Amino acid sequence: MTSFFHIRRLALWAITAVVMIALPLVLTQSFAISMLSQMGIAVIFALSYNMLLGQTGMLSFGHAVYFGLGAFFSAHALNMIGAGNLGLPVTFLPLVGGVAGLAFGVVFGYVTTKHSGTPFAMISLGIAEMVAACSLMFPSFFGGEGGISTDRVVGEAVMGITYGQGRQVYYLIAGWCFVCMIAMFALTQTPLGRMANAVRDNAERARFVGYNPTRVRYTMLILSSFFAGIAGGLAVINYELVTAESLGVVASGNVLLMSFIGGVGHFFGPIIGAVLVTYLQSALSNYTLAWLLYFGLFFLVMILFAPGGIASLLAMHKPAWDVGQLKRLVPSYIAAGAASLVVLAGLIALIEMIYQVETKKEQSGTVMNLFGLTFDAANAGPWIGSLATMAVGAALLWGASRLVRASWQQVTIAINAKRGA
Amino acid sequence: MPAALELRDVRKSFGKTAIINGVNLAIEKGERHAVIGPNGAGKSTLFNLISGRFPVTSGTISLNDREITGLPPQDISRRGLARSFQITNIFPKLSVFENIRCAVLWATGYRYSFWQRVGGLRDVTERCDELVQQINLGKRRDTPAGVLSYAEQRALEIGVTIAGGADVILLDEPTAGMSNTETADAVALIRSVTVGKTLVMVEHDMSVVFGLADRISVLVYGQVIATGTPQEIRGNKAVQEAYLGTEQH
Repeated sequence: MTSFFHIRRLALWAITAVVMIALPLVLTQSFAISMLSQMGIAVIFALSYNMLLGQTGMLSFGHAVYFGLGAFFSAHALNMIGAGNLGLPVTFLPLVGGVAGLAFGVVFGYVTTKHSGTPFAMISLGIAEMVAACSLMFPSFFGGEGGISTDRVVGEAVMGITYGQGRQVYYLIAGWCFVCMIAMFALTQTPLGRMANAVRDNAERARFVGYNPTRVRYTMLILSSFFAGIAGGLAVINYELVTAESLGVVASGNVLLMSFIGGVGHFFGPIIGAVLVTYLQSALSNYTLAWLLYFGLFFLVMILFAPGGIASLLAMHKPAWDVGQLKRLVPSYIAAGAASLVVLAGLIALIEMIYQVETKKEQSGTVMNLFGLTFDAANAGPWIGSLATMAVGAALLWGASRLVRASWQQVTIAINAKRGA
Repeated sequence: MPAALELRDVRKSFGKTAIINGVNLAIEKGERHAVIGPNGAGKSTLFNLISGRFPVTSGTISLNDREITGLPPQDISRRGLARSFQITNIFPKLSVFENIRCAVLWATGYRYSFWQRVGGLRDVTERCDELVQQINLGKRRDTPAGVLSYAEQRALEIGVTIAGGADVILLDEPTAGMSNTETADAVALIRSVTVGKTLVMVEHDMSVVFGLADRISVLVYGQVIATGTPQEIRGNKAVQEAYLGTEQH
């Protein structure tokens, strides 16, 4: 059995590697490659965050501190490489970020991990604010508002690799991302990783079997800061710029959202979250000014209906998959999906009209294009139309949700029958 | 006979309320010792003081002739004292096997290691499987502890307590809330897992106490009013008045 799972796990990693290698060959636009690079960075960062939240039960509001400080140290190191003062290949620059993140993890973590739960969350927020304040106090290191800019094309080309092209940068990020994913997964399989789960579930009991929960939390935070710093170092190579924003509270909130949307209860959850949120952030912001609103609504819907994140939604379907009953759910899911799209269409029309009237009136008037239709948002018709669409969609969704429930009942019966037999 | 555990004039107050009023108690190595007493006598508080969950207000506690007063629970555990809880206190999301492994990992010296794969630690896995068999949860090995039946969770509670190989075991009401058959199983389990060890237990079920204990201490209003063999305790006037007497009303 064990070796069977081992083979399956190896196969999963191999498929991941193939996908990561193949993606930029399929999506060749520079926009797509730059987004894939961002995703790779976000995956490392979100997984490192989940070492705290998902695995050790520490809700941090300041994890970007380690990402950002790692990035600043990497930026200065990269500039030193450029000036010929440091003989480090750019390929290994993320290690500078990692070591910087780790060092600050040792310092700040000593203070924050004395506590757990709400006090830990509050202290992490305090440290984030403190570091953000420091970034404005020391412009020589943090570069003030403009940040520190740098140039990744330095030193001699190693086997023709200069990181001048976006694709080379992507492969660098993908390589580090793959190594970090495996390292972080391996960590969950060690005595420390297991005791982190125990401390998360019942810190007091861990004390009575000999473990010091503070030491477990502290060690996990240090290791997690190391990976966050690596992500920061990669961000420097990718953007050739780092500003104080990258270590701010907003960035810390963002990685929390990614992990939560993906699902903190499963190792792969934050990977999904990082990919999806990065995609939404860069794709949506191209289409609409209201993207933050949509993103907020999406987060709200996730928290309300799938508090365990996307990973738990997937995991919920595993028993149905195991007994070959997944196909029974498909028709009802298609119905629910279609109904949701109708609701969404009405909602989008409404939000976009509000934006047109409120923020774009001066530039382009109230006539607008949406879903291939041209209409005037100053008339009542489109407003009534979108409200009616939402109402119809909601009614359909209500009906579809009954279908979903009915087919789940059938599937549950089938699962129980298989288990009984 | 050397004392495995010795309490000297231990006191504990919560605010102005004194719960433990100068307890002196010497537990001999290898004995099975029961602490009995009416509700609110301070039995669980006494366990919380010994195991380091609460600090004492005054007095000293020593384990195998070394003072442990004021040490945090993990240090006391590392010196060979393990305890169970009256209200089941396990890792609900971890499997039975993993619950046991938490205690075994420390005892086998792997501690905070993050450079070894836990699945590859043969000695740990073998020891944990032995223990899972010993507490009769072999069929539930990979079940999350949170979904076990009450009696199974109580067995696991004892399993987690003894898994670290401590030589002084404190059990807080191990049979509370169990049916007669479950209690009989629990007593058999306690007997088998504490062979060659020192056992101190708080227990309400008198058949368990008189069947299992070599000596009994009676705690009333935070003081030990008598210590002795079951026969001595049965014949003790003060005990009859203060405790056994009130039980019969």
